[in-house]
Amino acid sequence: MSASTDSRPTTGGHRKGFFDTPSPADGTGYDADHPPRMGFFTDTSVCIGCKACEVACKEWNMVPATGEMDLTGTSYDNSSMLGASTWRHVAFVEQPVPQRAPVGLGMPGIGPGPAPAATPGGGGGCGSGGGCGSGGGSSSGGLPPVADMGDFDVLSSLEGTATDPGSLPAPSAGAGEQGPSGSPEGVRWLMASDVCKHCTNAACLDVCPTGALFRTEFGTVVVQDDVCNGCGYCIPACPYGVIGKRESTGRAHKCTLCYDRLGEGMTPACAKACPTESIQFGPVDELRRRADERLAVLQEKGEPKAQLYGHDTEDGVGGDGAFFLLLDDPEVYGLPPDPVVTTRDLPDMWKHAAMAAGTMLGALALSFLGARR
Amino acid sequence: MPDSAGEPRDGAAPAPGEGPTPDRGERHGWDQLTTTPSEQGTLTGGPQDRGRPGASRRRRRGAEELMVPEAEFQSYYGRQVIHTPTWKVPDVPLYLYLGGLAGSSSVIGALADATGRPVLRRTARLAGSIGSIGSVVALIHDLGMPSRFLNMLRVFKVTSPLSVGSWILSPYSAFAGVAAAAEVGGPLLASGRLPRLAPLLPLVGPVGRASGVAAAVLGPPLATYTAVLIADTAVPTWHESYPELPFVFAGSGMAAAGGLGMIAAPVHEAGPARRAAVAGAALELGLSHRMEHRTGLVGEPYKIGRQGRWLKAAKALTAVGAVGALFAGRSRAVGVASGLALNAGSLLTRFGVFEAGMASARDPKYTVVPQRERLEARRRAQAEAAAAAEGQDAGRVGSAA
Ligand code: SF4
Ligand code: SF4
Repeated sequence: MSASTDSRPTTGGHRKGFFDTPSPADGTGYDADHPPRMGFFTDTSVCIGCKACEVACKEWNMVPATGEMDLTGTSYDNSSMLGASTWRHVAFVEQPVPQRAPVGLGMPGIGPGPAPAATPGGGGGCGSGGGCGSGGGSSSGGLPPVADMGDFDVLSSLEGTATDPGSLPAPSAGAGEQGPSGSPEGVRWLMASDVCKHCTNAACLDVCPTGALFRTEFGTVVVQDDVCNGCGYCIPACPYGVIGKRESTGRAHKCTLCYDRLGEGMTPACAKACPTESIQFGPVDELRRRADERLAVLQEKGEPKAQLYGHDTEDGVGGDGAFFLLLDDPEVYGLPPDPVVTTRDLPDMWKHAAMAAGTMLGALALSFLGARR
Repeated sequence: MPDSAGEPRDGAAPAPGEGPTPDRGERHGWDQLTTTPSEQGTLTGGPQDRGRPGASRRRRRGAEELMVPEAEFQSYYGRQVIHTPTWKVPDVPLYLYLGGLAGSSSVIGALADATGRPVLRRTARLAGSIGSIGSVVALIHDLGMPSRFLNMLRVFKVTSPLSVGSWILSPYSAFAGVAAAAEVGGPLLASGRLPRLAPLLPLVGPVGRASGVAAAVLGPPLATYTAVLIADTAVPTWHESYPELPFVFAGSGMAAAGGLGMIAAPVHEAGPARRAAVAGAALELGLSHRMEHRTGLVGEPYKIGRQGRWLKAAKALTAVGAVGALFAGRSRAVGVASGLALNAGSLLTRFGVFEAGMASARDPKYTVVPQRERLEARRRAQAEAAAAAEGQDAGRVGSAA
């Protein structure tokens, strides 16, 4: 768009291997040998909602509390959404799921016993909390980091049945009983740790008038708080509702993908803290490959709505540096289903504004011409 | 922290009536799963919705239903997806109004100067300067401190309308200020009360004229860039309105500046101001009508809520002012009344458009529904293309055999 747009991936620059795609850091003034693009792949199918990432992020980055006690009263999610002081946010979705098999024949797909979700198309079988993986090591599908989710059996029981009442944080009446319509119902929990997407075409970065937001050599997007003037433009520009303004500083803050840790060759705090390796950190190319493999595994297990989110380099933001594997549609998790970087239309906007300015000048000139007697 | 959109709580508490199913907000997750059938119906709106209490589907019925087909969609507990702008009211809507008034006034001032209309020229030059000072004050108030305005002048980025705007507003303010100073300084020097500065008198006219022309060149961009400023966001109503919005703002600015000319200048000088007002009002009314209807669902906030009432009032005032302007050639009183109506209309337009965007940011419907439709349409097209390609292949195979 302009010389100052440092968000468009360009050809040239760093190439590391056969599969490598260009980093958004290419052509932004970094040496050609800058590191590869780094990012997150968040596999929500193994997230247990422990919020370790939220805490680790706050600790490492010294992100203050949001103020008062925030209790939403709708779920176990009390941090609500990403913002200036919430750089990781764990979403909790509770979904009743119809059981495929009649009551009394056992419930496939739930509980720690039989291999879950053996029936293709069984939507209830492969919920969050490691349900897909609880059948044993075979579920890992060649994905070493999530090799043995069998440890999480107790959590898989949350999916549907109160086999072990002690493990349930709720009345046993909640699950596995007759649903209101008379059909047997279970419940599954979807948990997902959300974060700044570090977009390839980042709206926040494009619209920032001070240059406070910049593209790092890792292809990530970071705010320099000493340059930010608190204009707040980036906040409604972000199509994901990520960046926010903190009252105490009057400035914009968001996830830095632990820029300081990356510089030291360390893993970001959230990924380091995640006990299930739901948050995976690494070069984006590598993560994309892992995501494809994991998706194939889940689809094979009969998880009909399993989908990757933000991995497509053809999408409205040119792909995300932090992308996700979801078990339902993005909007269920509070994510926009088809985000577009607002500056994509900016040339056309300027064109219309110029035409309007011309119209104004012309109309005013005509009002004077007509007045001459 | 009422303005901290970035803070999570912002999304947690939708305004009363704005939230999806108000009573769900009060419930604990497990309670939702143990509701009675009748409750279930009211909570989720239909049997097909039982699948997802956390991710609520929503049907909303009401007066608006008649205008836009009701939307059914999924969301995360009815929470907004994007953040609400942190821009403050009245700072930013006022800034939009003043920019339009000042920008058009400078053009009127330069043309009044060229056609020998001293009172209209003086009015317009002063309006340009006062308007631009007001704009800067509003902007700085929104930023919090003056030095933060200067931060924006360290870089120039076309991808940031605020950066471009600062680079329009700053020189504009300087030129408009010099033109206004010439307007005030000319009589002062001529009066002989400042004898030591008297030699400058011959310079006042040309300097004022040159600055006035420079301000007139920057004026229209100043009046229309603000439309790009708000449209270049993820706020659905603003973004989708981008083709018409600059024209609405241009018309609104012309109506305001023309109205001001009618208020301050004598009837025999104010002819062009009246025409400008009528032309501006027509542009504003015509294009806002188109904008509100073309945008469909995301245009809904223009029609509902308090901003809907403001915009309705703005249209009425603008129309009345424009009709009055047609007859103001005969009576100064009519001119003053029309000018006031036009300015009130312009101000209300800016507040209404601003609030409509804020409302569209707060409701996930406006973000999710259009995006979901776009996605589904694309998938359908891809599936059709794939099917067509397959058909062709099959045909080829068939003919080869
Ligand atoms: S997700 Fe939002 S804040 Fe993060 S890089 Fe993209 S536009 Fe910027
Ligand atoms: S608030 Fe700060 S980071 Fe955001 S656009 Fe303004 S100057 Fe840039």
